[in-house]
Amino acid sequence: MFEVMSGRYTFPKYNLVLFFFLQLGLQSVKGVWPLPQSFTISSERYPLNPQAFYFAYGKQSAAQEGCSVLDEAFKRYFSLIFPDYISGRFYSEAIFILLYTLCLSTGLETFSQLVYQEDFGSYFVNKTEIEDFPRFQFRGILLDTSRHYLPVRAILKTLDAMAFSKFNVFHWHIVDDPSFPYQSRTFPDLSAKGAFHPMTHIYTQSDVRRVISYARMRGIRVLPEFDSPGHTQSWGKGQSDLLTPCYRGSTPSGTFGPVNPALPSTYKFMATLFKEVSSVFPDSYIHLGGDEVNFSCWKSNPDVRAFMQKMGFGTDFTKLEAYYMENIVNITTALNKTSIVWQDVFDYHERIPKDTVLHIWKGDPASYEAELSRITKAGYRVLLAAPWYINHISYGQDWRNYYTVQPLNFSGTEEQKKLVIGGEVCMWGEYVDATNLTPRLWPRASAAAERLWSDEKQTSNVDKAFPRLQDFRCKLLRRGIQAEPLFVGHCKHEYQGV
Amino acid sequence: KKKNHHVTRFCCLQSVKGVWPLPQSFTISSERYPLNPQAFYFAYGKQSAAQEGCSVLDEAFKRYFSLIFPDYISGSILQFSEDQPFTVQVSVGLDDCDGYPDENSSEQLYTLCLSTGLETFSQLVYQEDFGSYFVNKTEIEDFPRFQFRGILLDTSRHYLPVRAILKTLDAMAFSKFNVFHWHIVDDPSFPYQSRTFPDLSAKGAFHPMTHIYTQSDVRRVISYARMRGIRVLPEFDSPGHTQSWGKGQSDLLTPCYRGSTPSGTFGPVNPALPSTYKFMATLFKEVSSVFPDSYIHLGGDEVNFSCWKSNPDVRAFMQKMGFGTDFTKLEAYYMENIVNITTALNKTSIVWQDVFDYHERIPKDTVLHIWKGDPASYEAELSRITKAGYRVLLAAPWYINHISYGQDWRNYYTVQPLNFSGTEEQKKLVIGGEVCMWGEYVDATNLTPRLWPRASAAAERLWSDEKQTSNVDKAFPRLQDFRCKLLRRGIQAEPLFVGHCKHEYQGV
Repeated sequence: MFEVMSGRYTFPKYNLVLFFFLQLGLQSVKGVWPLPQSFTISSERYPLNPQAFYFAYGKQSAAQEGCSVLDEAFKRYFSLIFPDYISGRFYSEAIFILLYTLCLSTGLETFSQLVYQEDFGSYFVNKTEIEDFPRFQFRGILLDTSRHYLPVRAILKTLDAMAFSKFNVFHWHIVDDPSFPYQSRTFPDLSAKGAFHPMTHIYTQSDVRRVISYARMRGIRVLPEFDSPGHTQSWGKGQSDLLTPCYRGSTPSGTFGPVNPALPSTYKFMATLFKEVSSVFPDSYIHLGGDEVNFSCWKSNPDVRAFMQKMGFGTDFTKLEAYYMENIVNITTALNKTSIVWQDVFDYHERIPKDTVLHIWKGDPASYEAELSRITKAGYRVLLAAPWYINHISYGQDWRNYYTVQPLNFSGTEEQKKLVIGGEVCMWGEYVDATNLTPRLWPRASAAAERLWSDEKQTSNVDKAFPRLQDFRCKLLRRGIQAEPLFVGHCKHEYQGV
Repeated sequence: KKKNHHVTRFCCLQSVKGVWPLPQSFTISSERYPLNPQAFYFAYGKQSAAQEGCSVLDEAFKRYFSLIFPDYISGSILQFSEDQPFTVQVSVGLDDCDGYPDENSSEQLYTLCLSTGLETFSQLVYQEDFGSYFVNKTEIEDFPRFQFRGILLDTSRHYLPVRAILKTLDAMAFSKFNVFHWHIVDDPSFPYQSRTFPDLSAKGAFHPMTHIYTQSDVRRVISYARMRGIRVLPEFDSPGHTQSWGKGQSDLLTPCYRGSTPSGTFGPVNPALPSTYKFMATLFKEVSSVFPDSYIHLGGDEVNFSCWKSNPDVRAFMQKMGFGTDFTKLEAYYMENIVNITTALNKTSIVWQDVFDYHERIPKDTVLHIWKGDPASYEAELSRITKAGYRVLLAAPWYINHISYGQDWRNYYTVQPLNFSGTEEQKKLVIGGEVCMWGEYVDATNLTPRLWPRASAAAERLWSDEKQTSNVDKAFPRLQDFRCKLLRRGIQAEPLFVGHCKHEYQGV
């Protein structure tokens, strides 16, 4: 959990002013998004001088000088806090600010949103006290780099914007049917034959390391998803015996279906691939997919049917899918990873470890609330994505729909509700690439960010949220994120003059 | 013909695939010519009415050279076996070099509108796998189905920086749009910096310095458009949609009343005061000289009568004029006055359909702009208006600011503008159509991907032959390919569906 701890304030001039804010009035806290759990306001404010502003490590800080993540963050946030600063100007005061926080990223982020400029350009921060922590620990964004390749810079830009809204998990849906851009070191043909282009539309190991490192500097986890047995068309290009050949009558039709669960070579391949993936991606969780498996190809294939008989599955293909998924989960469990799978895996009664997380993606509120009940009743942890498929655009202020989701509004005990570890905003890529990703994601995803971070009672009024989100969107713009407008109006600092 | 002759038009199926909008007719040959960027020229044909020194043409030759050879870096040594220079001879039928495109600009390839001809040519040139440029021998005869093919941008709901407007003009030229309908002011803000009434923007813009269009900005837009064969049609919408006007012109709007006292809010322009028409005459005099197009859009839509009704002076005026309680008569009176003003300034008016629907008396050459309703509604309106003898523009099916999930370009593509009951004469009165990008949810952060390539679907409907372009499945790969071209030319057009473009992201 993250906590911004408040300390006593000792007076400015040349002292250590602890990071704590008493906040004045609605106008400054107005600009903090997501809304902190609690804050107290003061009208007292301090001028900030970019020439005499420092971040320093507190004596009681567990991390000290040389902590790369912190040092990098201090530098980054300095520019975010003083966007106009050009080295060389003079001011008279010197103030030191000390940061007291467990998760420095979110603490620095909040602080950076409290600093404002007056009409003449001077920077101020009001004395404030904030106590903050997230409601849910898993606050994710899904990007789909298979339907359309996203250049690394687009992913990095998204990570920047995620940090501004306190998202902390980047769910990288890296491969799928249309293309396989992940350049595997063990199976180079997967991308050489499966990517849209083997040179220009791939992620090298170096690209992946860069994304993970950039995310780490922002307190963001990278959760890779290698979805199977469905959604794997592109895998078959570089791994020829992996997918099930579909049959028309008694002859192969030339097309392929899901991964072939009847061959030992399949599991040998998967074990080797996931061994690589586990070492490339340091997060202790891995997403295995398991959604939308079409059974017709399996059904058409005589070898698969024979396998079904042999295993005693009869004609129930959900048992075959269960068999496949259970094997894959065993592979990743042996690699010391915890699995996340789409809800389909639970719905098909597959036997999965108790610590597997189920990812709910289907249906309207009635449907997903029922699913939340069912899955938590069975004792599994869940992630909620269903209400936040923000790739589903529509005309008007649809951010309000994302804002008003109530993740714990389902029938269940308190214990059950604790199993909801968080949620995810999904930006599936059928109609999205780097030309429209950023305006489509922001600020709509930020509406969900507040739902996942803040206290629900304090953030139930969309009309109150509106001016705050508008203001936050202008901040995003100023920070170089091409967030689209919520409604009619303008931002002070847009377009840099022309 | 090979060698250095004027190759008129080009190509074969794989290249024509990439020409958008689809030309009216083309003949294919498998014969192809290599193009060497170091020995490629545009030249004026002997029969061309315009010759060297024609600024629009010279500028266009230069611009299209870069579009045709995107990889070309000056100074690279390319060895070609053919040393013959390749010359494209351009002949235009009218010497219009110093004028502005107008509603009569006939756009036959090789006649007046060089922009569209060069554009088509540029889309026929392709690169082989090794990077060599080729163009196949082709013969194309082309002309637009409709002469008015417009895009509306709304710079009041959100200010759009000049560079965003210029980028839009570039992309318009690529799709052969030829009218930029500039809905420049409206309720939320007044960014147009008037030289006669500087307070309008000083008090009515979102910010008097950073969110305005100076006279110089406006000239720049008009000039940039002109170089691309695009007309700029300004709209100063009234009497509704004028909230921002009242900030800098204090007696212009109608004070609303609550009972017998003013409520503090304001409504549409006040039609009962002589000062209103004096102001409008002066403003439109300026607008007429700033914007050279012979047409001007006067708006006239969505007038809310409740404020007029609440105001005792307005009610008194209604009585005096014998309008009774029929406020449509008051609106008619206002619009007729404004149209008279612009007619006296030698401009032809375009107004929204509301003006016709309220039976206002307008000159016979006024163009009505249809924006309301589903196909049944707008088809009925097309019938009604053309039956009354007026020319129409169709916008209703092309409000592409109304986004939705999925391939909605198909809806814009399958519109049938002449599918209404009427005589052949009536159908001729449909002079064209317009893609509208209203600005409530749009500014420079999302304008380009939202406009393109969806607007290009409408572009083909407005340019090409309907029978040849009725199959969405055939159009799909061509539009995908065209979208990749847009990307290569620096237009951030969004994807139609899953896939990729060869030349996107420039490597990283």
